[in-house]
Amino acid sequence: MKNWKQELIKCVMAASMAVSLFGCKGEKGASGPQKVVISNSGSDTMVNLAQMWAEEYQKIKPEVSVEVAGGGSGVGIRDLIQGIVDIANCSRDLTDAEKEQAKRNTGKEPVEWIVGYDALAVYVHKSNPVESLTLEQLASVYAEGGPVDKWSQLNIDMKAAGGNDEIVRVSRQNSSGTYFYFREVVLGNKDYKPGSRDMSGSKDVVELVGKTIGAIGYSGMGYVTDAVKFVKLSAGEGKPAYEPSLENVAAGHYPLARSLLMYTDGQPQGAAKEYIEWILSPAGQEIVKKAGYIPVAASGK
Amino acid sequence: MKNHGNTKNLFAATELINKKLRAQRIVKWIFGLMSVAILIPLVGLTTCLIIRAWPSLTWDFLTDVPKQGMRSGGIWSALVGTMYTVTFSLLVAVPVGVMAGIYLNEYARDNWFTRIVNLAVVNLAGVPSIVHALFGLGAFVVFAGLGKSILSASLTLAIMTLPVIIVSTKEALLAVPLTFRMACWNLGASRWQTIRTIVLPNSIGGILTGIILQVCRAAGETAPIMFTGAVFYKAVQRGDLFPYKPTEQFMALSYHLHTISTQVPGVPESMLYATAVVLLGFVLAFNTIAIVLRTRIRNRKKW
Amino acid sequence: MCALRGPVCSFLTRLRRILRIVSERTIVSLIFLCGVSAVIFVFGIFFFVFREGAPFLRHGFDAKEFFLSPDWYPTSATNKRYGILAQLIGTGTVTLVAMLVAVPFSLGAGIFIAEFCGKKTREIMKILIELLAAIPSVVWGFIGLMVMNPLIIWLTGAPIGLNVLNAGVIVGLMSVPIIVTIAEDAIRAVPDTYIEAAEALGATRWQLVRKVILPAAKSGLLAAVLLGVGRAVGETMAVLMCTGHSINIPFDGKAPFFHVLDSVRTLTATIAAEMGEAPRLEVNADGTFPAEALHYQSLFVIGIVLFAVTFVINVTADLIVKGIRKRK
Repeated sequence: MKNWKQELIKCVMAASMAVSLFGCKGEKGASGPQKVVISNSGSDTMVNLAQMWAEEYQKIKPEVSVEVAGGGSGVGIRDLIQGIVDIANCSRDLTDAEKEQAKRNTGKEPVEWIVGYDALAVYVHKSNPVESLTLEQLASVYAEGGPVDKWSQLNIDMKAAGGNDEIVRVSRQNSSGTYFYFREVVLGNKDYKPGSRDMSGSKDVVELVGKTIGAIGYSGMGYVTDAVKFVKLSAGEGKPAYEPSLENVAAGHYPLARSLLMYTDGQPQGAAKEYIEWILSPAGQEIVKKAGYIPVAASGK
Repeated sequence: MKNHGNTKNLFAATELINKKLRAQRIVKWIFGLMSVAILIPLVGLTTCLIIRAWPSLTWDFLTDVPKQGMRSGGIWSALVGTMYTVTFSLLVAVPVGVMAGIYLNEYARDNWFTRIVNLAVVNLAGVPSIVHALFGLGAFVVFAGLGKSILSASLTLAIMTLPVIIVSTKEALLAVPLTFRMACWNLGASRWQTIRTIVLPNSIGGILTGIILQVCRAAGETAPIMFTGAVFYKAVQRGDLFPYKPTEQFMALSYHLHTISTQVPGVPESMLYATAVVLLGFVLAFNTIAIVLRTRIRNRKKW
Repeated sequence: MCALRGPVCSFLTRLRRILRIVSERTIVSLIFLCGVSAVIFVFGIFFFVFREGAPFLRHGFDAKEFFLSPDWYPTSATNKRYGILAQLIGTGTVTLVAMLVAVPFSLGAGIFIAEFCGKKTREIMKILIELLAAIPSVVWGFIGLMVMNPLIIWLTGAPIGLNVLNAGVIVGLMSVPIIVTIAEDAIRAVPDTYIEAAEALGATRWQLVRKVILPAAKSGLLAAVLLGVGRAVGETMAVLMCTGHSINIPFDGKAPFFHVLDSVRTLTATIAAEMGEAPRLEVNADGTFPAEALHYQSLFVIGIVLFAVTFVINVTADLIVKGIRKRK
């Protein structure tokens, strides 16, 4: 019994020592040379870019720790409305209702920063013979009531590629910014046809297309892998089709180019301000390029 | 069949009995194979994961932070985050769970109220993890105003894993013979004194097993921390033991595995597998400790 | 205790005794409080999930549409619809396939462990099954995504390997441990007298199992299967990663009727995928909610549905198990 008590006392002492050590360390961390945390959440399209910025910034300013949460544009907007995030990443514009809510909740008008451009690419499996599609064809594949659900209806012979004639539509979950953008621009705000595989990550879409011969999916151009290829897109029948690339987006040819946005509650202060300034500087924009997106300056917009 | 002569052996197996014994043997084999079949995945998958993960499984992988857009480097930030949430959830779940176990085994009378408490424990264990996540979001993040943080996530995990501790404490206490308590009561000790001096010391091993199992469970869960504080990435220094404050968001191993396998492009496959192996290894190692501990206690028992 | 020592207690010992009684009282009430904490938490879960979902129940909720329509368009620009029929069926089919995989094997293993093997084998089997239970669900999901997916495409020629079959097998494996454990308990809980009586009549082990033990343990095995179902219904991460996450009802009029190679979506996965992004918007000045807020609330209502379903399953299974214990 005594033995047991001694053991217990030892345990408790060890635990309390650990806790006090931990406490001290924590305090030191807090009161040391201004350890600052910038919270950054939102768009799934931008999350890897945001992560690369955060990682690079850590090297320049070790005292600033940027936390990046993905999840989707909706997350960032929700956090922005609640005022619990410094910077929200968005691959779509804020709606008026959201701006209104943010203003009422935090008392500040959300401020928008364009930090780069993305071309929303349409992906197919690399052995798929399809070369180009029009936006209308895309809509007839994806939109509710759209008649196309076989590759043969698009005059594409999947037999040769060794795949199934059925079009496996890969889409995004219904609150992602990419989902909203595609719906607005390609489907004209009509709803999606039910039965699409709604992946919860941009990479998920490309991975799935890469593993499925008869699949088609849309995702940011930065997510391209060896197993997939881009489909050239044209704005309409008879118009030239363009591949998503830096040049085509910069020249304004590619029909699915969108801005990558950051929002702050009011004008940013202190560390967040410096961070955004660094992102917009050549050093920050270099990373945009590295992540596979288009820097602000290159687009000429 | 040996005896078909004149001398009748009453105990000899007849044709009928032999048939039945054959049937029994066949059935035994079928059931045995079924049991082996459900264990094949455990062994097969673990080996498969380890083989594919091998190139990335280095010391650096454990102690380095994610680099180059999480395509290289290691999992240090996630590992530490998981340790944080597990520790905090332990701090809450252990006292509450152990005392609840004591209540249920030592104080509770056999009436409708105790039945309801027991039912609640069963239900707490049976509620889907995603509903626990909703609860954590509604109660801690929104209502209590803790925001998305290690605290919110740990509290959610603590409540979710509470039944593990309650049940194992209850069982450990139940294993202490009533005669021990009676002897103590007869010396004039109160209920609590008896528990403190006789019952708890004799069941500490069983309780410890429950705590270890709770660690396993808390480390492996993903859904409850998804909305309550886990983040995609947080800049952390390599090898930093105290990178997070309790009110900050964090990276966690289970969530990290989910994000790198569904969101980050171009992660080398071996890194994905290595992350899975580390998580699996962590959980299985703790579980094995619990099992070994339990077996030793059972063998050492003096009564 | 005091009475034993008589009235000669000095002031000091009396004080000490009072202190002890007070501290003992505090501890006992603390223990009581922790004891009922499980009840508080279960109510808390229901309360908070209900609290967040309540505005939807008051405003946009139409039970008929919610449960009978497969149209899930909570973020539509033109026509927001909240029907979870497809998710209900998705959860149902995944659970069904999981049980088809898990139940025969688990019951077989349960019988084997309880009746046919030696003590040593039993110990080893139980340990391995416990380890199987410990594998985190996100690791299972990862296995479904990386290992099962190509395997299913290769074996069946299906266009996509993330489907009911994949999720069913994974979830089935996940619910094996709980079914085996409970089934084994139920079988071993059969009174020894039954077994001795049968053995005395010369029954072989298999006859014993088939004619005596299985009928006697029937309700316990049912409870085991029920708990397995509860586990399968509540599984989140693995199904999120393995089902293909598609609003799709895998039935139609054509030949096999039930297409096990179709992608589906479950209730749990819907919450997991969408909750992160659904904005929690505040009530407007005039007391109404903006249309976008209903998405968040409707996900909590799905949470209520899940809570209710698993609650019923768990209570039923628990009552059955209790019944057995009592009889024993």
